[in-house]
Amino acid sequence: MQNVLESVLATANQQGARRVCVIRLRVGSLSGVLPEALEFAFEALAKSAPLADADLEIEPVAALFRCAPCGQDFAADSLLGECPVCGAISQSLIQGRELQLTSMEIE
Amino acid sequence: MCNDCGCGKDPSEHKHKQENGDAQGEDHHPHSHEMPHSSSGTPAAPRRTIALNQPILDDNDRQAERNRGFFRARGLLAINVLSSPGSGKTTLLGETIKLLGDNPKAGVVVGDLATDNDALRLRAAAVQVVQINTGTVCHLEAGMVARAVKQLDLSSLGVLFIENVGNLVCPASFDLGEDLRVVLCSVTEGEDKPLKYPPMFHMADAVIVTKTDLAAACEWNRSLGLANIRKAAPKASIFELSARTGDGMARWRDYLRGRTEEFKDCGLF
Repeated sequence: MQNVLESVLATANQQGARRVCVIRLRVGSLSGVLPEALEFAFEALAKSAPLADADLEIEPVAALFRCAPCGQDFAADSLLGECPVCGAISQSLIQGRELQLTSMEIE
Repeated sequence: MCNDCGCGKDPSEHKHKQENGDAQGEDHHPHSHEMPHSSSGTPAAPRRTIALNQPILDDNDRQAERNRGFFRARGLLAINVLSSPGSGKTTLLGETIKLLGDNPKAGVVVGDLATDNDALRLRAAAVQVVQINTGTVCHLEAGMVARAVKQLDLSSLGVLFIENVGNLVCPASFDLGEDLRVVLCSVTEGEDKPLKYPPMFHMADAVIVTKTDLAAACEWNRSLGLANIRKAAPKASIFELSARTGDGMARWRDYLRGRTEEFKDCGLF
């Protein structure tokens, strides 16, 4: 979260912003990061201007796999998901590891 | 806050001139506005959206790529060695290095929260070792590795083992710039570690079942253990060995020599 806020502050200064209104993150379900932990860190760190009134919006990204043998894409919550079509367990993760600062709104 | 101008005063404390110029009250603003006031409450300062699209683990990922380029340019195979505490990483590395001899010559970076016990053990195998004490940090990061390798004479090395902090969770998320990820799982830990900690195993290039000399005493269910490893790490090469008895070590040594040869040819130095 420290990294996120440093990046947000640098951009806010660059843009001459008076206030940061919204910070948007994308967090994959298999990123290893809990949205609750990010929110807690945000509350603890963003106490002074221009961040004090900012809202943190977290967009969850569901994990999506591609089956290596048959090419089927499927959603699953764990890395051990079996392909619903052919039953194979050899698959690659095509989304769900994201941990990204997507955008911010400033005034 | 006043919605019309965002001046911080309570709206009841002042009134605004309307756009048609009719004065409804005194205008308290010494400054001019770019945006017209309206009764619908448009904020005076325009809101703008700035697209960023930056990965958050940016700093570590950037340093990891630098490390990878550095290792590859030297034709040095960097191996991230991971497991839970007590799976036998240090013992395996000590015996592996003895078995490799100078073909290839190995160096070690070893991470622990505290003590240099592992470094002392590995120095007994007469290799260059750098100990990183992470304090309270539960994993190694790319920057720690970059600083540590400066203490090694890399010119003579063909392989660099990076023994991570014993932990099956956090180190999985931190790329160190390695080209090979090796995860250990000892028979004493039971058969289901790969299913309990899938991210760690999913990214492994090789999984090593260690302490096989204790398999019978632990009632290790080999077929179930191997099936679980294959399920969590479908692409990994699997080794079963005992560093203490030497059983299975030759195949592991040959694998390492093969991978090191592939790297040596890519080096620029």
